[in-house]
Amino acid sequence: MKISGAQLVIKLLERQGITQIAGLPGGAALPLYDALPGSNIKHVLTRHEQGAGFIAEGMARVSGKAAVCFASSGPGATNLVTAIADAHLDSIPVIAITGQVPSSMLGTDAFQEIDTFGLMAPITKHNWLVRSAEELLEVIPAAFRIATSGRPGPVAIDIPKDVQNQIIEIDEFPAPGEAMPLPQPTLAQLKEMEAMIAKAERPMLMVGAGVIQSNSSEAVVALAEKLNIPAVSTFLGLSVFPHGHELHLGMLGMHGSKGNNIALEECDLLIGAGVRFDDRATGKISEFCPQAAVLHIEIDRSEIGKLKTPTLAVHADVGACIKALLANCEPQQRVEWVSRIKWLNENHGIPLPTKQDLSNPYSLIKTVAEIVGDNTNVHTDVGQHQMWTAQVYPFVRDRQWSSSGGLGTMGYGLPAAIGAALADPDRMALCISGDGSIMMNIQEIDTAVEHNLNVKVVVINNSRLGLVRQQQALFYQENFAAVNNKRTADFALMAQAMGANGFDLGKATDPLAMLTEALNTPGPVLINVPISEDEMVFPMVPPGAANKDLIEERKA
Amino acid sequence: MSDFSQCAILELKVNNHPGVMSHVCGLFARRAFNVEGILCMPMQDKKHSKIWLLVGEDQRLDQLTQQTLKLEDVLEISQHSSSHPVFAQMMEFVE
Ligand SMILES: Cc1ncc(C[n+]2csc(CCOP(=O)(O)OP(=O)(O)O)c2C)c(N)n1
Ligand SMILES: [Mg+2]
Repeated sequence: MKISGAQLVIKLLERQGITQIAGLPGGAALPLYDALPGSNIKHVLTRHEQGAGFIAEGMARVSGKAAVCFASSGPGATNLVTAIADAHLDSIPVIAITGQVPSSMLGTDAFQEIDTFGLMAPITKHNWLVRSAEELLEVIPAAFRIATSGRPGPVAIDIPKDVQNQIIEIDEFPAPGEAMPLPQPTLAQLKEMEAMIAKAERPMLMVGAGVIQSNSSEAVVALAEKLNIPAVSTFLGLSVFPHGHELHLGMLGMHGSKGNNIALEECDLLIGAGVRFDDRATGKISEFCPQAAVLHIEIDRSEIGKLKTPTLAVHADVGACIKALLANCEPQQRVEWVSRIKWLNENHGIPLPTKQDLSNPYSLIKTVAEIVGDNTNVHTDVGQHQMWTAQVYPFVRDRQWSSSGGLGTMGYGLPAAIGAALADPDRMALCISGDGSIMMNIQEIDTAVEHNLNVKVVVINNSRLGLVRQQQALFYQENFAAVNNKRTADFALMAQAMGANGFDLGKATDPLAMLTEALNTPGPVLINVPISEDEMVFPMVPPGAANKDLIEERKA
Repeated sequence: MSDFSQCAILELKVNNHPGVMSHVCGLFARRAFNVEGILCMPMQDKKHSKIWLLVGEDQRLDQLTQQTLKLEDVLEISQHSSSHPVFAQMMEFVE
């Protein structure tokens, strides 16, 4: 059969099971867009390519499957870059496909020509500049294989316009690309791990996104229960342990609870499962878990020993290791250690206000969670609102939590929530945002309205770039510079201008009633919630300090 | 002749694709690892190339090797000591 490069791309994406693509067209992507109508793929037109990248991330995080975004050459591609970098640092399988100027014009500074290959190389697992339509037969399946194999991550495919237009003759389509089998633990490794855990008096699990990726959240919780091993979660490992689990001490690191930090100081074995020992989690790494032997189970060989030298390293699928340990290990009690953990949780957890007060961020987040219930996927932007949410949101299942961890990208929340609403339409997509972050991609409310998505945005509005202000307050003698959004826009009105429902709790006589009504209003909704600029995220470990040197609260 | 005694020599077998050199060199550059010398030639089969890297013998070398092995187009890496003649012979063309 005869087929053009562009038609081939769409056909191969369909065969990979892709049903929705977020993107925005332009000159160099015209043939691709010409091939879209009539396909089984629904295209979601965004208002900015960064939104398309984050929508793909949101779809991939909630579904665990690779997701695709499209952009044109030049500014289209550069607008994607931040989202692809975000996916790279958080290991999310996103496939970015960009149009490029015709091959004959490459290297001539042609209109909207940019070195997309060069831009994408450092922020992808692999990327291509496609030289002929035949190459697509290999590249598209390879893109899915690479994005989803081992530790997942983004890939980028740059396709010159003439390659999109080139007609080739093919007999059959190549097989769809699939994730490669994962390395398994050896029997000897399993025995060593078992012995190490059996011997430990005060073991501690540190669970990361690798656990979610390997579909072993339930097995990890079961293992913790069977062997009485308490656990802490990395920022991206939140939602592995259901909220309130008595062995779970919440998120570790810069904004972890004091009890969590004390437990890590005291543990004699740290089991890092699908983690990369990021500095926001470990603090000053030379002082992290000073008494502990380290067992590191990780699928990415290059993470082993990169930052923390393990006592025992197992380069294998975390899920396979955990499930084997669960099956083989004898139950253990560890009465003293478990009661110590309970005491730490009760006495040094995140202090919550005792009565409901919607101008208190913790109380607000808890109340929102209660109203929306468990059938909700939770997203945030970046800032204090993100850390408050990470500290206290009552997660009940993995993949319920989606936030920009490694890159910490303001503007992630709303488009990612749109992605979740598209990929998991039976659940509400909640986005907890800030007055600074929401402005970075607020235009995507228009996209949510176009598709009438169940997206609810709660803007925790301190009229400040709060997390930056917090650092200026604590470490720069309150020399507040460029953190004041005092004249913030009327966000509720902005939402209304785009056709969504907008609510402002600052104007409510009964804020709880308004919040309840807003969260029960169908379709896209934005709720502005004013809070004081003096609210802080505590505890806080000063950047570069050891976790044990956390600041518990602000001294007057 | 220059002194390579503080150096190690890496021999990479890679796919002979456009862009492979930039993936390899970019990786070393962005991980702040100095590369003293580079040599790249297609192999006889034309499908593969050999890249030789002269690098500092630093404690991060294993980490860099692991990162390099993750590159899709890098098929094999072996490490040689500074006494390997490849760069010593090249010196003829740079002095
Ligand atoms: C794109 C981007 N630019 C700058 C920053 C640095 N930064 C981190 S938090 C923050 C403030 C966020 O303000 P807001 O969204 O209002 O959240 P708040 O901390 O007030 O809850 C800034 C500027 C960032 N993380 N991302
Ligand atoms: Mg703010």
